[in-house]
Order: sequence, then structure tokens, then C-alpha cells
Amino acid sequence: MSAVTDQFAAPSAPVRKTPKGTFDLVFRNASFLAALFVLVLLAGIMASMVIGGWPAFREFGFGFLTSSVWDTQNEQYGAWPAIVGTLSTALIALVVGVPLSLGIAVFLTQLAPPWFKQPVSTAIELLAAVPSIIYGMWGLFVFAPLFAAYVQIPLSNIVEGMPIIGTVLYSRSPSGLGILTAGIILAFMIIPFIASITRDMLDQIPSVLRESAYGIGATTWEVVRHVLVPQAGVSIIGAIMLGLGRALGETMAVTFVVGNANRLSASVMDPGSTIASRIANEFNEALGLQLNSLIALGCILFFVTFVVLVIARILVSRVKRY
Amino acid sequence: MSLATPSTVRKLPEVTWGRVRQSRRTADRLMKVIATGFTLIAISVLFWILGMLIVKGLGGLSATTFTQVTPGPGTEGGGLANAIVGSIVLTFLGIAVATPIGVLAGTYLAEYGKGSKLADLIRFINDILLSAPSILIGLFVYVIMVEPFRGYSGWAGGVALGIIAIPVIVRTTEDMLRLVPGPLREAGAALGAPPSVVITSITWRAAKSGMVTGILLALARIAGETAPLIFTALNNNFWFSPNLIGGVSNLPVTIYQFASAPYENWQQLAWAGSLIITVSILVLSIIARRIVRGGK
Repeated sequence: MSAVTDQFAAPSAPVRKTPKGTFDLVFRNASFLAALFVLVLLAGIMASMVIGGWPAFREFGFGFLTSSVWDTQNEQYGAWPAIVGTLSTALIALVVGVPLSLGIAVFLTQLAPPWFKQPVSTAIELLAAVPSIIYGMWGLFVFAPLFAAYVQIPLSNIVEGMPIIGTVLYSRSPSGLGILTAGIILAFMIIPFIASITRDMLDQIPSVLRESAYGIGATTWEVVRHVLVPQAGVSIIGAIMLGLGRALGETMAVTFVVGNANRLSASVMDPGSTIASRIANEFNEALGLQLNSLIALGCILFFVTFVVLVIARILVSRVKRY
Repeated sequence: MSLATPSTVRKLPEVTWGRVRQSRRTADRLMKVIATGFTLIAISVLFWILGMLIVKGLGGLSATTFTQVTPGPGTEGGGLANAIVGSIVLTFLGIAVATPIGVLAGTYLAEYGKGSKLADLIRFINDILLSAPSILIGLFVYVIMVEPFRGYSGWAGGVALGIIAIPVIVRTTEDMLRLVPGPLREAGAALGAPPSVVITSITWRAAKSGMVTGILLALARIAGETAPLIFTALNNNFWFSPNLIGGVSNLPVTIYQFASAPYENWQQLAWAGSLIITVSILVLSIIARRIVRGGK
């Protein structure tokens, strides 16, 4: 190496050293190891959840999933109420959040005048930057009281005694806290993710398609309905699943507003708990088997979100990486 | 009506044609109104939250907020000084952990691993980690750092935040390096520079502002994280000791504990803390966005 350098360097000029081959090797290996570290992280999270939760799985077996007892006195733990709470809050978040997100994406790509697009997109994306705990405080102190006064109480008076609806929508203690409130707040937290991915998907569609539809006399709505949605459909489903992944694991906001009840209720107005809120609530006081059971809950959450996110990423990556 | 004038003859098809168009037009208008309305709803939620923070948070802000430590239960007065300092220390510890790993991993994906199956897998897994629930990262660090060392610590908190920041930095670094045109690299290589030099002094330099944006976004992402800190750094009401062993006070966990407590001064401090943290995160995100747009 040095012989080559000497050959070309003028004797009087300051010699520029060729970097040593070792640095090249070290740099390459360091970046390779850093990239491998990402794989190790995921494997580590997976392993720590399984190992940490193992005592609970071994003690309760399959019954851990189906039991709804959570009794710290007698060391009996079951995940069912938390699983139901997690799924129902996430489902409500999707029911509320998906139409809103799709409407926003259509507004941003088809309706908004060009000068208006940027500020609106920024505002929507800033919704994602607001920390989870702030959503929790807003939910607890601002949204929940209003929700109790203007929705829960009037609604309970109307539906009381009705079959099915009377059970699902009746609130025994209208405090504003409960599964439905948590779901609505989660909806606002996942909107920016679904809306901005859908917006990018719609922007990716070649404008020739859109123009030809307008050319045969289609209205904006018909272009969205018959051209854009079929084109971007798969990736929009991916975006929705990405939002679902967020909603399943969201912790602080839910912990504030879900009510943290350890029992199962048939009404979405009643307090409940999710896997994440249960862990956040009890973790610091938990010892022994309770701690293992909480980590086992984390393990269940990990596998559910992992599957959802893998499907979401595969669907979204068909059009563009996200 | 009785007169079959050419005008009525012409009107007939127009009426039916008009009726079809009317329903299509109504559907179109309805959709436009709904889409605009939905956008307004989402934006007003943002302003509603910001307004609430300003109204309730400004009342709790005073000089003592920044000079006094957090009060114990039932103690009057107090501030957030230790929590603010603790949050800054933990956040920067997290970024210090994440930046070298994230930048190097992103570099590998963009420069060395092009087209390799392993790089595709790593990219995919990184995207999964990007949206993995932060509470799981907290549990993971609890299992690997808090339980074995028998105690909460600022180090564990910093590592947890770092793990959350890594995928953000990997992702933005890779995206930004991909934007650097190939001929720039070829020019460097033609001068005889080995790959590492081309990357560090040509590609990195060209992508610098984008990579800084990634780090800023990661900073904004972890500054408000609460869940992972509950299991790792926890909280306390004292100045942190420089060795970072034991609970380290920080804003998010302080807000979490103070918000639903029955003491009025605690609640006021929770609001003040929320205002401080949200404003700093929003400012960071907006600066990061500006850099990206300026660089384009």
C-alpha cells in the first residue's frame, strides 16, 4: 500500500496518506454488526417476554388465556378480561378512526387547494407527535367529563331496558371513563398514521388514471370510489392494520381513561382494562407470580402486535416502503 | 304544456339526464363535505389539546417551576427542576446510545447491503420495531437490566429510550443515504478512496442534514415516552445522583403520577410539565420538518 502511495506523491508536497485498509474493514464490520443488532433486539424482546412470562404460562397453562380471574391474594391470574379490553378498544378505535383518516386523505389529495395542503398535513402529522400521556390527561380531564354529561347519561336514559342495546350501551356509573372513551381517544392517536400513509398511497397513483376518469365525466367522488380506492386498496388495508398495531399497544392514554377495572363487563360504557394498561398499573407493585403474569401478558401483546404489524408491512410495502 | 313546441321536446331528455346527474352530484357534494368535515374534526382535536395545555399549563408555570425540586405528597409548593434535568439527561443518554448504532445500521442497509436478502430482512424487522409498542421495550429492558441488577436506574431508562430511538434513526439514515446520487460515490471511488472513506466523507456529508433530521425526530419521539420509563428509571423527588443508580426523576413519569393525585399543587405541576414537554416536542418536530423541506 505505502509503496504505491510513495510512487505518486511528489517528494516536496505534503503526502496524503491513504487510509489504512484496516479502517475500511473495521467500518464495514461495525456497520454490519449494528445492522445485525436490530435483529438481535427483536429476538431479545421475544425471548425475554417468553422467559419472563414462562412461570405464569407453566402455572396456569392454556387457562391463562381463558380465565377471567385476577386475584393477587390467591395468586390466580387470567388474561381474558385484558385481552377482550385490548381487542375491543382497538376495534372501536378503528371503527371511529378509519373513516376519519380516509376522509382526511381524500381531502388532502383531491380537495384541498395546493397552498392549503402543507399546513393541514403538518397539523395532522403533529397529532402523532403529541405524547401519549398528554392524550391521557386530555381524555381524563377534558374529554371524559364532557362525554359523561352529553353522551353517557342521555344515552343511558334512552337505552335503559332495551334488549342488547340496553346492555351494550348502558353505563352503570357514568363517569366518562371506560372502554368506549379509550377507543375514541385511541382513534385520534392512530388517525395521523393511517391518514398520512393513505395520502401517500393516493399520491402515488399515476395521474393519467385520474385524468382519464375525469375525462369520461366522472365526479370527484366517483374517481375516488372507482379509480383510487381499487388501485390503493391493498395498501390502505395495510395502513389500517398499522394503525391497529398502534392501537393494540398504546399504554399511557388508555391507562388514564379506560377505568382500570379487572372484571369483564358487557357494556362498552363500563370501565375495563387492556393488556398495556394492566401492565402499566400493576407493574411496580407486582412481585413473584404476579410479575410473571404481567410479563406473560406482555408476551401475548407482543405476539398479537407482531402478527398484525408483519401483515401490515407486507401489504403496505407492495406500493411503497413505510 | 299543451303546445308541442321544440323547446319542450328538447327539455324532455334534459330532465332525465339532469336527474341522474343530480344524484351523482349530490353524492359528490356529500363526500366533499364529509371529507372536509373529518379533516376539520382532526385539526380541532389538535388545537383543543394545545388550547387545554396552554390554559391549564400557563397557570402552573412560574419561576419556581424551573428552580425547585418536585414536592413530596402533601408538601406545598415545589417545582419540576429535577424532573426537567432528569428528562434531558435520560433523553440524551438514549440518543447517545441510539445514534451510533442507528447511523451505522442505516449505512449498512443503504451502502453495503444493497440487494442482499439479509439486508431486506433487517429492513423489515426495523420497520416492525418502528411501530412496536413502547411498553414492550420497557418490559424488555426491565428483564435484561433492572431485574439482574436488582434496581431501577437511569442507565436502564436511557437504554430503553435508546432502543425506541434506534429504528427511527436507522430508517431516516437509510432513506437519506439513498437520496445521495450514485455518481458522487463513483467520483470518490475513482480518486482511489476505499468504501469507508467514500461513505464517511462523501455520502454522509451529502446526507448530513437529513441524518440530523432523523436524530431530531428520534429525540422528539422519545422525549415524551412514559411507559418504558415506569419500568426502568421510575421516578423520585430528588436531584439525580450522577451515577444514575436508583430512580431518576423525569417529566413524563412525574406527570403520570401527579396528574391523578389529590394534591392541587401536584396537579398544577403536572399541567405545567405537560405544557413544557408538548411544546418542546412540537418545536423539535417542526424544526425537523423544516430541515427536510429545506434540503429538498
